[in-house]
Amino acid sequence: MNDKLYNNRAWWLILPMLLLVAFSAIIPLMTVVNYSVQDVFDAHTRFFTGTEWFRETLNDPALQAALLRQFAFSLTVLAIEVPLGISIALLMPRKGWQASAVLILVTMPLLIPWNVVGSIWQIFTRGDIGLMGWGLRELGYGYNITRSAADAWGTIILMDVWHWTPLIALLCYSGLRAIPDAYYQAARIDRASRWAVFRYIQLPKLTNVLVIGVLLRFMHSFMIYAEPFVLTGGGPGSSTTFLSQTLTTMAIGQQDLGPSAAFSIIYFLIILLVCWIFYTAIMNLQKDKQNKGA
Amino acid sequence: MTRSMPTTPDAVRKQAAAADARRRREARPVSRQWRRRGLMAAYILFVLLPIYWLLNMSFQSNSEILGALTLWPQDFTLEHYTRILTDSSWYMGYVNSIAYVVMNMLISISVALPAAYAFSRYRFIGDKHLFFWLLTNLMAPPAVFLLPYFQLYYTVGLFDTHVAVALAHCLFNIPLAVWILEGFMSGVPKEIDETAFIDGYSFPRFFVKIFIPMISSGIGVTLFFLFMFSWVELLLASTLTSTGAQPIGSVMTQTKGASGIDWGTLSAAGVLTILPGIIVVYFVRNHIAKGFALGRT
Repeated sequence: MNDKLYNNRAWWLILPMLLLVAFSAIIPLMTVVNYSVQDVFDAHTRFFTGTEWFRETLNDPALQAALLRQFAFSLTVLAIEVPLGISIALLMPRKGWQASAVLILVTMPLLIPWNVVGSIWQIFTRGDIGLMGWGLRELGYGYNITRSAADAWGTIILMDVWHWTPLIALLCYSGLRAIPDAYYQAARIDRASRWAVFRYIQLPKLTNVLVIGVLLRFMHSFMIYAEPFVLTGGGPGSSTTFLSQTLTTMAIGQQDLGPSAAFSIIYFLIILLVCWIFYTAIMNLQKDKQNKGA
Repeated sequence: MTRSMPTTPDAVRKQAAAADARRRREARPVSRQWRRRGLMAAYILFVLLPIYWLLNMSFQSNSEILGALTLWPQDFTLEHYTRILTDSSWYMGYVNSIAYVVMNMLISISVALPAAYAFSRYRFIGDKHLFFWLLTNLMAPPAVFLLPYFQLYYTVGLFDTHVAVALAHCLFNIPLAVWILEGFMSGVPKEIDETAFIDGYSFPRFFVKIFIPMISSGIGVTLFFLFMFSWVELLLASTLTSTGAQPIGSVMTQTKGASGIDWGTLSAAGVLTILPGIIVVYFVRNHIAKGFALGRT
């Protein structure tokens, strides 16, 4: 809509929100920037180090490995969850009590605190007391997430699929519900195949919600912390230590303020870049839509 | 014979299509609907299995858990639940969590409503950049803000209070609320505002009396999302508290006793963290389908 009024007094409506978000975003971010260029010994002794921490961080093999793992994890998870979420959305019933029941059941994993998700899967996959761990062993597979990196990876991905596919499914479900019945009737008259209906009616209507879904999923998977921390503790070795965990160990555990601040900024910039790409994509989509509508 | 014979090629095709559609409609339900239901049931099973296991564990005594693997509780016990509900260090965890979640919801929605209105109705200097900046806060990894938050809230004397966590969660919840509400507000025609102003409504009165009731379902959905993200976040919440306002999530991590982890109590606590979510979903179930598109379909 381009008929918005131009009025700078709208700033007054935004002001309270701005102050609050600034308090919880800008001040802390400035602290991080401050640490990233200094070497702090104690409250009174500090040296300006310039870009030294940044260079050190970018060349640290442990951090590079964590970054690669992070990208591998996020992309794998997206590749599984997006198609699965779309198919679930297509399968979900639309009417009656089943619709409500399925909706509540599907939403459930989203509302469980993240560390509890970790605990649930820890209990579920343990070899001695867990259904899945015990079951896999009974079937003759030597399943052990504390020993085998592959098992740990598989379990974390399965957990993430369990936890977050509902988000994509619900987004798509709401997108599908917005398609008028007339479209389907027209398709039936044209004797469109099931695939054609999906490709030319349902998918175009889903692009908007899918962009939101992929964006949310990307950033949440990129910040994942509590679930793998509880489930595997980052192990075996460091095979499932993702960026957030590396960062918290550095900042809280080892108190390496300078490097961890530099790392924070790099981490944030990566997310910012991806976010900007998506934001531009969303804006362009909306523009296209308006042009078509006009 | 009631149906007249078609006379043009076009009519022939149409009739054939109609007959075909009828035949397909009759043939489809049996096989395809059952396949649909089967697949859906398989997915629901996948969702429920870990939760069922948690429930199963929570009703077993610890000796049974560590003894043989049983698919349902052999001797059903409520000891873990009674322990949680009678021990103040446990149940206060729930009280604390709910306290900061509710506080955060109130703060976020009250500042986000006017801001979202401004974004949906007016253009002003820097509006696009501001909106983008807001979204970047939604993306900010909590791990980045961990240390500065700790120092900031410690300095202003808010450490270990509910307010600290509620304010910290504003970082991602306010942008989210503005984003969702803006979508719903843009769906309300501008003529309504104009008519109300011509009728002599002042802005605050119009906003509270007319506009807010019009987007009430949007507000409901927003509150649901605010609840969800504040309830599930734990990294910030546990860093900013020690004993006075400790959320249930970090109480749970302390179940390691001398004899190893207390699996039964851990499971029971887990089950109790799922319940509030289910209650909230139940209330918004009819709006959720629309709401998840964030007003943008």
